[in-house]
Amino acid sequence: MWRVFLCILGRDITLAMRRRTDVLTTLFFFVIVVSLFPLGIGTEKQILRILGPGVVWVAALLASMLALERLFAADYEDGTLEQMLMTPQPLALLVLAKVTAHWLLTGLPLVAIAPLVGMQYHLDDVAVGTMVLALMVGTPILSLLGAIGAALTLGLRGGGILLSLLILPLYIPVLVYGAGAVTVSAVDFADTQPYFSLLGAFLLLALIFSPLAAAAALRISIE
Amino acid sequence: MSIFRYAAPASFYPLAGRLIPWFAAIAAASILIGLYWGFFQTPDQLGGTNPQKEYYRIIFVHVPAAWMSMWLYLVLAAWSAVGLVFNTRLSFMMARAAAPTGAIFTFLALWTGAFWGRPSWGTYWDWDPRLTSELILFFLYIGYIALHSAIDDARRADRASALLAIVGLVMLPVIFWSINCPDPNQCAALHQRSDLSQMESNIFRAMMLMTFGFWMYSFAAVFMRVRGIILSREAESAWVRALVEAKA
Repeated sequence: MWRVFLCILGRDITLAMRRRTDVLTTLFFFVIVVSLFPLGIGTEKQILRILGPGVVWVAALLASMLALERLFAADYEDGTLEQMLMTPQPLALLVLAKVTAHWLLTGLPLVAIAPLVGMQYHLDDVAVGTMVLALMVGTPILSLLGAIGAALTLGLRGGGILLSLLILPLYIPVLVYGAGAVTVSAVDFADTQPYFSLLGAFLLLALIFSPLAAAAALRISIE
Repeated sequence: MSIFRYAAPASFYPLAGRLIPWFAAIAAASILIGLYWGFFQTPDQLGGTNPQKEYYRIIFVHVPAAWMSMWLYLVLAAWSAVGLVFNTRLSFMMARAAAPTGAIFTFLALWTGAFWGRPSWGTYWDWDPRLTSELILFFLYIGYIALHSAIDDARRADRASALLAIVGLVMLPVIFWSINCPDPNQCAALHQRSDLSQMESNIFRAMMLMTFGFWMYSFAAVFMRVRGIILSREAESAWVRALVEAKA
């Protein structure tokens, strides 16, 4: 079981490393979206500090969603996905491996660059630390939930727009608590504990259920 | 003869056709009486801690619409689940037929809510938990309809959107509580309760009658739509052809 998980994980990462631009595009999309806001709303420090957490989270939502389209698309086109459906290993496990690879390639870079982006918004050290932690817990949920949408919209025309329509409403709890944690940390870091507990709970739930749902969606999409 | 006979589109089609006038008539009657009762048999002004003038009467459309919007999503998800489990075509058709009516009621609830909010809160829109979750419910309906119409293959469209409806149903309470208490430290303090038993009895009656009317309207509308879906899906079958020939 673990062998097949690691095998797919390694394969997806190798494939992505061969085409590094895909990974970088997502990352720069995130940076550009975040940088656009101060240009639009003005560079007042006070305002930026208030808006920062929300803007960074919304940008992370959009970036991770844009990357989702590619989650299954390449494997679907060359027939690999069909072969995966026929393997004796549980499909949910294969999906989990693909989602993990997807997160390592698109979610983790966002987490890593978040401190830099936080500086653009004059967030203090505690807020930046909280943001990195919250993104660390939150972005895997985005990838997991997004996998369901990616599987449902597989091979459809206009799949990208459709995907955003399906998935963004489901991202709301992560947005509320992820950005909430950063906002609260401005007052007292100790107050962020319930936010992290809830994000952690969402992550565990998503880890269990969304690979199953995405696997079911894949079977519906390819039959 | 069992009720499951009507799980076949061919036998449900005429049954729905016979039932539609009844549901429509009951809906029209209860909505008319409900509106009359609500407009003329209720106090002109609400007293108490939060006085409201005539504009409170939007409640007779607003609350039933909001209830139906949530109820119809439940119906949609239930038919989707039945369809996925038992693989019955009619269940998917019922789910698909319920979606537009639910979306319309959601929109109506938001619209009337905005009109009520203007005089009483001084704003059309506030990020109140109930408003926000109703808005998200609207997004879920739209997502369901969009996914269904984006897929050409009817079988895949049915099953994919059914799965989406169920995922949405699981998420709905999570989203609701997320918006309802954005600060987990103060959850208990934030919960809003509206108490039906404290309502003036005429208002309560009119509201319930309107709810019943909207519900019956949903039956009529959904059955009409499902008949259309059945005809377009089964257009190639013998019984539809016979039907068309009989009409012609």
